[in-house]
Amino acid sequence: MPVISYREALNQAMREEMDRDPSVFIMGEEVGYYNGAYKVTQGLLQRFSERRVVDAPIAEMGFAGIGVGAAMVGLRPIIEFMTFNFSLVAIDQIINNAAKIYQMSAGQFTVPIVFRGPSGPAVQVASQHSQSLESFYANVPGLKVVMPSTPYDAKGLLKTAIRDDNPIVFMEGETLYGMTGEVPEAEYVLPIGKGDVKREGKDVTLVAWSRMVHTCLDAAKALAAEGIEAEVVDPRTLRPLDVDVIATSVRKTGRCVIVEVGWPLAGYGAEIAYQVQRHCMDYLDAPVERVTSDDVPMPYAKNLEDEVQPQVKDVVGAVKRALYLT
Amino acid sequence: MSPPETVRAARPDAARIEPDSEAPATTVDELAPLYRQMLAIRRLEEASAKAYSQGKIGGFLHLIIGQEAVCTGAIATLKPDDYVVATYREHGHAYAKGVPARPIMAELYGKKTGLVKGLGGSMHLFDRRTNFLGGYGIVGGHVPIAAGAAFASKYRGDGRVTLCFFGEGASTIGGFAEGLSLAALWKLPVVLICENNQYSMGTPLYRSLAVEDVSLRALAHGMARDRFDGDDVIKVKRRIAEAVTRARETGEPTLVEVITYRFRGHSMSDPGLYRTKDEVEEWRRRDPLNRARARLIDLGMTTDALDGLEADVKAEIEDAVKFAEDSPPADEYLPYTVKE
Repeated sequence: MPVISYREALNQAMREEMDRDPSVFIMGEEVGYYNGAYKVTQGLLQRFSERRVVDAPIAEMGFAGIGVGAAMVGLRPIIEFMTFNFSLVAIDQIINNAAKIYQMSAGQFTVPIVFRGPSGPAVQVASQHSQSLESFYANVPGLKVVMPSTPYDAKGLLKTAIRDDNPIVFMEGETLYGMTGEVPEAEYVLPIGKGDVKREGKDVTLVAWSRMVHTCLDAAKALAAEGIEAEVVDPRTLRPLDVDVIATSVRKTGRCVIVEVGWPLAGYGAEIAYQVQRHCMDYLDAPVERVTSDDVPMPYAKNLEDEVQPQVKDVVGAVKRALYLT
Repeated sequence: MSPPETVRAARPDAARIEPDSEAPATTVDELAPLYRQMLAIRRLEEASAKAYSQGKIGGFLHLIIGQEAVCTGAIATLKPDDYVVATYREHGHAYAKGVPARPIMAELYGKKTGLVKGLGGSMHLFDRRTNFLGGYGIVGGHVPIAAGAAFASKYRGDGRVTLCFFGEGASTIGGFAEGLSLAALWKLPVVLICENNQYSMGTPLYRSLAVEDVSLRALAHGMARDRFDGDDVIKVKRRIAEAVTRARETGEPTLVEVITYRFRGHSMSDPGLYRTKDEVEEWRRRDPLNRARARLIDLGMTTDALDGLEADVKAEIEDAVKFAEDSPPADEYLPYTVKE
């Protein structure tokens, strides 16, 4: 099976869907001639021309809204945010328009649009460019929120997102673009709302998405050296949430640690903790643990940046608490 | 700082445009249906105000009384497939686009038979059948949506035109600025119609905008512009038709500012204390409905014929109210995502 990067997987997904459906187009800052600020749209302008790969000026609220209007009348826009930090100036279009129009119009108008781009802390870009905003979007009915952690998931889920008739917030891991993995040559799609067990284990369930999946896999490796087998569950989509895949795992292990790179208060992990106690109360052998970033805006200095975010040692520590080993 | 001694109204020399002495040529055949439409919109609004005061309509209710010539004249220039995007003061725009009074009134009542089944209410009328792309409650946020519908028309080459209505209050917010800028940059077939009723809620234009002429914003974008008073429905129709033709034939957008006036408050809860009685009276004398009616008489329409038209409108709106009253309550809300 070919091994490609997360970035190439996303690029393939868009290319294939644009080949398949002439109503799909891409709009965003630097998506065309520059080939994408993170090169995710590399080569697409050449293949599809300016009509379908549209370089937008710096006007997120404007071009996100253009996407919503175009989607209402039958096109299928992919709106790229250079990073999801910039989606905040377009959030009126996402929450007040895209998420509401299907319901507000009593089902007369659908908004088949994908808002995509890098998300989560990057490296030393400080507080305005390094944050994880999925909890904001996951709270909103009318949206679907997708956060793939591997090239395979990224491609399969983006293809599904482009075909979905609902507005999708598709948050890519900013530090995952260069990560490689196996992606089949044959066409495939993955369902939105289905989680995936990334590593099997019997002693504790680690729940994580996007980059934190890899932090958890590293932690699981370290724990295995000490004889502890961790299961790593990746919900892949935060709205809708696949409660079953998490609950099935926790019923098996009896312990659950939720790891997210977002902030602690009202973070998405709190919702998972609620679901776990609701569905697995009789199976839990320890309180559900959460590992999050510290409750501060991201500092610039490398040592501080590392200190603020969940590291392998933090996950290992939380697992040991859940196993009453500390 | 002491409060001002008297309420200072809109600066008389700035935002106002005196009506032309000569009205554009027209005929009874052209004007009578437009007069009927304006009258139906006014009666619809009056009936909804009454139902609101009886507690039968809830939430916010923003009436367009006084401004009827703008939506009526502008939408009269469109083909059925063209798109209209409007604000939360949009009952008249929906009606002018072809939505019947019954589902509009039933929606205000929050009934199952409402245009959007009681899910949207006064501010969120939508109608796919007539390509009425909605009423939006966040000021200015719908301007990019209108540009998006126009973008789709250009993308597909379907020759449709989008009309986008907003108040002058929207001219100070980002959604308007970005929608305007992108429509100009990409040459989108949209006509941006600023219904300048001179007050963004209770704040007159001179306290919101350094330069009170909203249409001047087009200049910075190399966009065509127009600016005129909205007293005469035929004048509105002629001038908007120029912009619609430009959009349809060349794809170029236009920013049009129409000076108008709402006779009532911003919404039902607003007694309008920020305006003087004299000012309101002055504008009531310019009532576009009276003007159209007088013109019809000048053009030879008989009083009997006018009475017949007015009785017909009265019956239509009474029927809509009865329909709304008799309809069953809203009974379901949709799942918020489209099923696969």
